[in-house]
Amino acid sequence: MSGTDTTILIDEVPVPFRPGQTILDAALEGGVYIPHLCHHPEFEPHGSCKLCSVVVNGRNASACAMKAAPGQEVEVDTPDLHAYRRTLVQMLFVEGNHFCPGCEKSGDCQLQALAYDSEMMTPHFVEFYPRRPVDASHPDVLLDFNRCIQCELCVRASRDVDGKSVFALAGRGMASHIIVNSPSGKLGDTNFSVADKAAHVCPVGAILIKRVGFATPIGERRYDLEPISEEATRCAVGEFK
Amino acid sequence: MSALAETGALPKVRLATTSLAGCFGCHMSLLDIDERILDLMKIAEFDRSPLTDIKHCGPCDIALIEGGACNAENVHVLRELRANAKILVAVGACAINGGLPAMRNRLDVGDILNEVYRDPDGVRSHVPNDPELPLLFDKVYPINEVVRVDYFIPGCPPSADAIWKYLNDLILGRMPRLDHQLMHYD
Amino acid sequence: MAAETDVVALVLRRRADPTQLLQILREAQEELGWISPETARALASTLGVPATHVESVVQFYSFLYDKPRGRYRILFSDNITDRMLGSLTLFEHMLKRLKLRQGEVSPDGAVSIDLTSCTGMCDQGPAALVNNRAVTRLTARRVDEMCDLVRAGVSISDWPSNYFRVEDNIRRADAILGSRYAPGSALRAAIALGRQGMLDEMKRSNLRGRGGAGFTTSVKWESCRNAPGAERYIVCNADEGEPGTFKDRVLLTSYADRVFEGMAIAGFVAGAARGLVYLRGEYRHLLEPLEAKLDAMRRDRLMGAGICGAQGFDFDVDIHLGAGAYICGEESALIESLEGKPGKPRIRPPFPVTVGYLGKPTVVDNVETLAQATEVALHGGRMFAGRGTKHSAGTKILSVSGDCSRPGLYEYPFGVRVEQVLKDCGASDVAAVQVSGPSGVCLTPDEFRRHIAFEDVPTAGAFMVFGMERDLFEVARNFAHFFAHESCGFCTPCRVGTALLRDALDKIAEGRGSRYEINELMRLAELLRRTSHCGLGQTAGNPVRDAWAKFRPAFERRLIRGEFDPAVDLDAALTRAREIAGRDDAAAHIGAEA
Repeated sequence: MSGTDTTILIDEVPVPFRPGQTILDAALEGGVYIPHLCHHPEFEPHGSCKLCSVVVNGRNASACAMKAAPGQEVEVDTPDLHAYRRTLVQMLFVEGNHFCPGCEKSGDCQLQALAYDSEMMTPHFVEFYPRRPVDASHPDVLLDFNRCIQCELCVRASRDVDGKSVFALAGRGMASHIIVNSPSGKLGDTNFSVADKAAHVCPVGAILIKRVGFATPIGERRYDLEPISEEATRCAVGEFK
Repeated sequence: MSALAETGALPKVRLATTSLAGCFGCHMSLLDIDERILDLMKIAEFDRSPLTDIKHCGPCDIALIEGGACNAENVHVLRELRANAKILVAVGACAINGGLPAMRNRLDVGDILNEVYRDPDGVRSHVPNDPELPLLFDKVYPINEVVRVDYFIPGCPPSADAIWKYLNDLILGRMPRLDHQLMHYD
Repeated sequence: MAAETDVVALVLRRRADPTQLLQILREAQEELGWISPETARALASTLGVPATHVESVVQFYSFLYDKPRGRYRILFSDNITDRMLGSLTLFEHMLKRLKLRQGEVSPDGAVSIDLTSCTGMCDQGPAALVNNRAVTRLTARRVDEMCDLVRAGVSISDWPSNYFRVEDNIRRADAILGSRYAPGSALRAAIALGRQGMLDEMKRSNLRGRGGAGFTTSVKWESCRNAPGAERYIVCNADEGEPGTFKDRVLLTSYADRVFEGMAIAGFVAGAARGLVYLRGEYRHLLEPLEAKLDAMRRDRLMGAGICGAQGFDFDVDIHLGAGAYICGEESALIESLEGKPGKPRIRPPFPVTVGYLGKPTVVDNVETLAQATEVALHGGRMFAGRGTKHSAGTKILSVSGDCSRPGLYEYPFGVRVEQVLKDCGASDVAAVQVSGPSGVCLTPDEFRRHIAFEDVPTAGAFMVFGMERDLFEVARNFAHFFAHESCGFCTPCRVGTALLRDALDKIAEGRGSRYEINELMRLAELLRRTSHCGLGQTAGNPVRDAWAKFRPAFERRLIRGEFDPAVDLDAALTRAREIAGRDDAAAHIGAEA
């Protein structure tokens, strides 16, 4: 079986694509799940998490960043790639302080859901236990940088949608961290609002709305109900239709 | 598991359990297997465990460890179980990543001890220093950072069903796996 | 406030252009010693960018400081070749004499001392940077003298000039290094050929990039020429950050006219009128000489409008300095840096030839590639292709350092055998050669008959020699620290993976490693190779893989006999509690497992 001018092969199954679509977008729209974390349908590809790593015609690629093109044979569901994705999630877990039992985002968290999906039984690597701040200065929104995965969705949303540029990513390497645009560095001293796009775009529990706790019972949260692999494609298919 | 027991062909599986820097919630969850414990006891028996009150572990097949390693005594217990158990399983968030007790890891342990034990003027009181007391590590460590760990059952606590499924798989020689319903970190 | 007025003036001198932020910060840093929050805010408001943008740039680059670092900011080059020459002993000695800890600023705010990545002085080390000025050939005596100068508060411009002497050390010259070059001759030859004719010669020449990637230069120039748009750029990649590489430094010191003429010729062919040189911050001492050279060329009509009188051949060059970030040698990260941002590699495709500097078609070429282009102009493509090998045309300049009696520059036609280079540089009893730096390959004696060429052992130029007494485990560990320090932090595998690699090697170095760590290292190296966003992450695992394959005993003698050792020294982890409880009895300690 081979692809055509308008289809690519993903794990040997033809999947249609439109010109200009990335492999990830084509896959999700076609009901094929490729794990992803820093990707958001309303924003340009970021390419940092590397959870969407695939093999295209024998070469490694990020599905979110590579445009679909005729002749592509994409491998997604292979033991090697599964293992890489699990290791990448483990790296994200040990890099921060991801304590799920105490996190309001648990059950609704894309990092956690991906970890379940990749059967991460343990973060495995030596925990870094970094010292990261919590910023509770804003009346309505809590920032817990222990959980930040540096996807920069908050940065992009605040800059490009809210027009406020409240967040930026500073530092290099493991010292990378989000900073806040105020002389004090605190969110409470900015014009950030709970109505901002940036307040609702975080895939993990780094940006949380205050005074919302256990609003959804355990067992009925988004990823309690279905695995992220099903939820993501269901949403994508619905959205593109 | 009952079918296996009825053959009477195999020697009993020896299980050891302990809680290190844990809240015993994982042990409570284990006991939530309720009447299934009767099936379990047909083919298994407990060695060192809070359930038996046996103080030191002999050779055993599977050791279930709850809690992370926060002090020297934890490590002595952990090493004893590792030395005696063929398979070592980390049970629950604390054993796997330090859990709640590891929230002290961002702080200096000396400052914590002073804060807890010394009165404000630091004159009359002192941090307990009896030689029988185990000393705290600078951080709470996941147990796989102290000994080689073979398996991990995540949860806080893992449900009884998750523990039951996992134990079944281990005892019957299958690679343990938890499906979506049983797999959670909280 | 005086500082605020200064920085506003700096900004206005650069037309308040936000893409110039890195240059503005560098200049502000040079005047003020650090970028204070007030300075950052003043810059931000004058440029019309968020203060966090300025902070994120400052925090990315090693040579920009958001805390005071002293009037004298001393950085010891920490490449393995520096260490082989005793740099760490000198470093410790200086710390002790000035009563400092690494990275700490003295109480009077005078001085700080720290380590930095390879500064490109491997043939004349141990080297250091003092306020970004290169100091070479450190000895205990020179270090003592420097301490005295710091204590006395002597301005760096009054320090003995021989401290700052940088030699070319050309040991074997060939086409580029050896010819007496008549300035303007390549330009005139190119003009005579015409734009298409020059491109045709470039195609015949098979000239491939000399920066390590080896991309065919004529393809790059042609793609840029054919890309839609009116504005195009030629960028000279003078970042030369790969440890052990210093050949571009010599080209820029003594052959700058060939480099600039090469840029102009590239512009001539590709249709670009503007060129930028991205000069690594460690070569700060070259800025004024290079600007002077450009001024002289402009006076001689070899740069600027109507070059050599040719109507319509307009080309000029701006020089931008880096600020201590190896990742900026990657062409898309370099372009980000030119645009005043942190140097994080872009998603590719698209490549710079279609979407580059300011989104315009851009050719990014290595310094040596551009110099070689003048060879093609002068002698034609066929002659050029006639030297070297079938797939690697022309000559290659190697920068040789390490355990050899004649470190320096060696230019050979491609195809030269490694053993020939070793013979010529006076190396004997060689245990290993690291070709093309940490991201390259480690060769052992059984491989010394191999050829330096793209089809065999490719290289950007670095050639580091290790004698029999060297510890190749420590070499790999030095390289692992380098990658972790230089990772831009953008992608998960490299950001976390380089730190995990480094920590595992440190654990082995401390005598607490086992086969478990080896397994982890190999697994991590493979993950980084397959999933990293750019070449830094993809090659970060090479040194440990090579070292394990070729120098296994160097690892094994450090491994414990068991299969697993705790992540930390558990007895050390009890230190603080022992201190607080005032205990040192037997039960207050915990041994390694029996």
